[in-house]
Amino acid sequence: MEIILSIGIGVMTSCGVWLLLRPRTYQVIIGLSLLSYAVNLFIFGVGGVKTNVPPILSDGIATSTLTDPVPQALVLTAIVIGFATTALFLVVLLASRGLTGTDHVDGRGDPK
Amino acid sequence: MTGWMQHLIIAPVLIPLLAAGGLLFIDERRRVAKAMVSLVATMLLALVALSLFRMESVADGFEGVYLLGNWAAPFGIVLVLDGLSALMLLLTAVLAVASLIYSLARWHTVGAHFHTMFQLLLMGVNGAVLTGDLFNLFVFFEVMLAASYGLLLHGSGALRVKAGMHYIAVNLAAALLFLIGVSLIYGTAGTLNMADLAARIPEIEPDRLMLMEAGAGVLGIAFLIKAGMWPLCFWLPTAYSAASAPVAGIFAILSKLGIYVILRLTSLLFGAGPSAGFGAEFLLYGGMATMVFGTIGVLASQALGRLAGYSVLVSSGTLLMVLGINDGAISSGALLYLVSSTLTISAFFMLIELVERGQDAGANVLAVTMEAYGDAEEEKPEEGDGVTMPGTMAVLGICFAACGILLSGLPPLSGFIAKFAMLSAMMGTGAIGVPPTAAVWALIILVILSGVAALISMTRAGIRTFWSSIEGTVPRVFVIEIMPVMFLLTLTLMLTVQAGSAMQYMDTTIRSLSNPSIYIDAVRNAATIPGTERKDGEAD
Repeated sequence: MEIILSIGIGVMTSCGVWLLLRPRTYQVIIGLSLLSYAVNLFIFGVGGVKTNVPPILSDGIATSTLTDPVPQALVLTAIVIGFATTALFLVVLLASRGLTGTDHVDGRGDPK
Repeated sequence: MTGWMQHLIIAPVLIPLLAAGGLLFIDERRRVAKAMVSLVATMLLALVALSLFRMESVADGFEGVYLLGNWAAPFGIVLVLDGLSALMLLLTAVLAVASLIYSLARWHTVGAHFHTMFQLLLMGVNGAVLTGDLFNLFVFFEVMLAASYGLLLHGSGALRVKAGMHYIAVNLAAALLFLIGVSLIYGTAGTLNMADLAARIPEIEPDRLMLMEAGAGVLGIAFLIKAGMWPLCFWLPTAYSAASAPVAGIFAILSKLGIYVILRLTSLLFGAGPSAGFGAEFLLYGGMATMVFGTIGVLASQALGRLAGYSVLVSSGTLLMVLGINDGAISSGALLYLVSSTLTISAFFMLIELVERGQDAGANVLAVTMEAYGDAEEEKPEEGDGVTMPGTMAVLGICFAACGILLSGLPPLSGFIAKFAMLSAMMGTGAIGVPPTAAVWALIILVILSGVAALISMTRAGIRTFWSSIEGTVPRVFVIEIMPVMFLLTLTLMLTVQAGSAMQYMDTTIRSLSNPSIYIDAVRNAATIPGTERKDGEAD
């Protein structure tokens, strides 16, 4: 299970980094989204990759068999913050497109 | 602290939050009402910061711990007030008052929701310096960054939006690095509370310790991006010079926030124990590279905005090198330098906008080109009555000269006192007969060279702007705009006069920082407030 998760995180991170360095703003946004997915999975995975175990404490169950609820809370926070900043970046992308007439990251037009 | 005074620690977070919330209900067209609410909130914040600072300067290494929601540490989130936090709070409040009053002239109406975003930025900064929990630090950092994105874009325009887009992309990447670092630290140490983490580091097994140090390194990179270490700093001069003037004035504190977090974490986690000195060499070399890059940038800048941006890098580089050397006496001088340089840069950014109002867009570049490839014909000296300098230009010129004196570190202003404190501590490091180490010599040389570079660049820019300016127009400056600049510069003069007590405060702060057990014990022993507990079967 861990190996699949690690490979998935690695693939998404590498694709995200490559896209982040591209010259078109849409590619940058998709890159940032992929990176945030990868990082969220990473945070979630830090709590231990267990299947079919809830993070809910009840009488008679030893705490060592439960999943750690803290990484799940951290991931929720990170996802929500990621939403907001992606939305903001999209707006800035559109504003830049409107002001410079091109979707190049530096606002440069196409070379003639 | 008893009664309502114990809640004073959370006031710097609550006041801007409530003000921002209240401001959203006021219609955007009622500008005076919005400005008044914002101004009252910021003044209140300054009062709170001043009283917290006074509390800190009286007690010796006093630690005030505030348990959020009355949950006990380490599971609950704590706010910790110590000397360093109180200093940062006061510095932020002073810059906020100055920038806000500056913006009331005309900048606050250029776009929508300026005051809301300003208050949220203050909330983020105050929360980040007060918190004692790593993920809470992330949350407050994101609040601050989100507000700063909006503030950087305030006023719009192609240049600002382009700079804003780059700024947002860089900081989003930094936030992701922050998350990776925090989660690695949580995975290896099992806690997010800073004090608990410091206590648990000796108990981690060596191979997991390696992972924890890796997490701390990744976390550090996120803050070094914010602080502006080379090679992570290329976004800084462009972003800061593209910002509108009051926004650039308050942005001066943001880079120092990165330095604050690095100082806090290195002193708590990597002061002593198995990971002692982790990252010190990296900070040293990074700071050296930043100072060299910043000095070259200061000399090469043609526009005043970029000069100010590179000065931010020079001050960040100096502080990073001092953190890498990790000597108590030098660090005290460096804290004074932090205060002095932040006040200077904030005043300088606001002054630049005032000065450049009377100039054409390409005036700076034109002046440099004319100097380099200038005409052969000389100006005939004017006969008759001398040309009197307009009053506005005289006042702006005096403020510009004061900024130049501060940036280069000449007496009588606080730039000199701060550099002198650092240099005298550096010359005196080591036991008698043991000369300063190579790293300390490098810092001495770079501090002096950066001062010379700032002097050359500011003198050249001043002559070009005030004495032999191509344009003849005098900028239209409101009193409410020049007052904050003069206020900040007067503060630096007062800092010189009160240098003794200021250095005493910095010494106490550094001493308590280098003894992290005070912090750790204070957080561990913080008691929850006992509630009225009902036993089973009791009637209401």
